[in-house]
Amino acid sequence: MTFDVVVHVSLRPGIADPQGATIERALPALGFEGVSGVGVGKAISFRVEALDEPSARSLVEDLCQRFLTNPVIEDSEIAISSVAATGA
Amino acid sequence: MARHVAVVRFPGTNCEFDVVEAVESLGGTADIVFHDRDSLGDADAVVVAGGFAHGDYLRPGAIARFSPVMRAVREFAADGGPVVGICNGFQVLTEAGLLPGALQKNAGLRFRCQMAELRVETTDSSLTRSSTLGAVLRVPINHFEGNYTCSPETLAELRGEDRVVLRYVDNPNGSVDDIAGVCSEERNVVGLMPHPERACHELLGSTDGRELIASFL
Repeated sequence: MTFDVVVHVSLRPGIADPQGATIERALPALGFEGVSGVGVGKAISFRVEALDEPSARSLVEDLCQRFLTNPVIEDSEIAISSVAATGA
Repeated sequence: MARHVAVVRFPGTNCEFDVVEAVESLGGTADIVFHDRDSLGDADAVVVAGGFAHGDYLRPGAIARFSPVMRAVREFAADGGPVVGICNGFQVLTEAGLLPGALQKNAGLRFRCQMAELRVETTDSSLTRSSTLGAVLRVPINHFEGNYTCSPETLAELRGEDRVVLRYVDNPNGSVDDIAGVCSEERNVVGLMPHPERACHELLGSTDGRELIASFL
């Protein structure tokens, strides 16, 4: 089976986020009031071939732990959905 | 004295020539070793030089750690050989798990390019053997992600085992406990954000980096 995967990487609480802080500071100047808690992370998307969703998830978790995130400073959230088999 | 140094270069490394120059000015010899090599040759010491390995894509050091040459660096370190990571090289060594902690973005949202004063906190490391405990060295910094962080447990371990090698006198980047450099349990692997290779000649404003480089020659 083929799965679409999106890994959302965010900085752990307490880790400096200069991009988020800079965006937040700029908002009032643009007329956006009442926006707070801005955080900037990244989304990494890819496809995975696996037998089923649990095995896809376990592969992606391993990938996150060893490569896509640095667990000392980053958290990750994994979203997996199976790709509809169209004519294949 | 006068030993041979392997200077590791990844695509995007830019401080390797300064390291070679500094080593040679102190009577040593140096070769640049590209990231796709699986051997360090007959090196007596290894420097992972600064720059932007693999464009700092994903995270500084994240991709570099999977380079073939890093297997050789890991083995060299396991055998007790001196390994020094400077700036981006420090980031590579933390990503590779050869040193604890991580380097996050500077507090204060600024890239820091300035002279820094560093206090020698231990002389029991491959980078500070030629130094004097408590001496203050002037060595430049040049980084955006140099804010050292680690878990409270790791910090307690580093302090308890006397593994904080250098501290900033005036913390420029928010590093926990003013840490500028740390060493491994075996004390042969050292990482630091400041650039000792850029403080090896009067013309550069300081010669204090010479004693650090000389420590592993």
